[in-house]
Amino acid sequence: MADFNTSIKEQGAVSIINLKGYLDAHTAPILENNFVELIDNNRFNIVVDFKDLAYISSAGLGVFMAYIEKIRESKGDIKLSGMTDKVYNIFDLLGFPLLYEIFKSEDEAVKKFIE
Amino acid sequence: MKTKKLSVKSRTENLSSIRDFVSSSAVEAGVPPDVVENIILAVDEACTNIIKHAYKSYPDGEMIIKTKSTNTKFTISITDYGNSFQADAVPEPDLQKYYRQKRVGGLGMYLMKTLMDDVKYVSIPGKRNEVLLSKNLKITHTNAR
Repeated sequence: MADFNTSIKEQGAVSIINLKGYLDAHTAPILENNFVELIDNNRFNIVVDFKDLAYISSAGLGVFMAYIEKIRESKGDIKLSGMTDKVYNIFDLLGFPLLYEIFKSEDEAVKKFIE
Repeated sequence: MKTKKLSVKSRTENLSSIRDFVSSSAVEAGVPPDVVENIILAVDEACTNIIKHAYKSYPDGEMIIKTKSTNTKFTISITDYGNSFQADAVPEPDLQKYYRQKRVGGLGMYLMKTLMDDVKYVSIPGKRNEVLLSKNLKITHTNAR
């Protein structure tokens, strides 16, 4: 079974989801639940940190597409940080850098919300 | 020529063992590490499509994954016995349009075509479907004798 887990921490008005392991069609519902939970709690400023993510397939990428509009309508955003080159390349192939702000570190992404 | 075979049920929980199987077959065939990563993702996408579309998430369908390697090519064939698939009917994704429509389908197919050198579908409706993914290898093997 694919090894994947997430943890959520709060930094003021920003919620940070840390991803760890392998994000595929089997594990994507875990991340979906995280987004649903944050949206239900009116937490719309979200940073997703990828530094411990080893792998992503399109099922994982689809999770970001599924919730971004609702979050932006609520004056929030999903910002991404800490991707390895391998994971970034997949995002890049699909044109995601045009739709999402991607930062080197979690701190930079959080600061962007506070500015 | 070397061939290897893995049979699994059509469940997403099997994606990780499929990736491990493809990874070890490709590494053994001398495929460079960065290319191995691309092949793993393409096969994951193909199998995810089979689970979701050919078997419509029915968990007990058969999926047979075979790898074949020669000095110049690494090929993966994936056979299923679910609904046949019209590859031509899947349009190239337009991400801006997807964003507006909250659509996410079609990304997997696009990745497969981008990451592999050749993607072919063979369907015998009511019998079986086969997707063939292949990657050309540069002939730099020292053990290619």
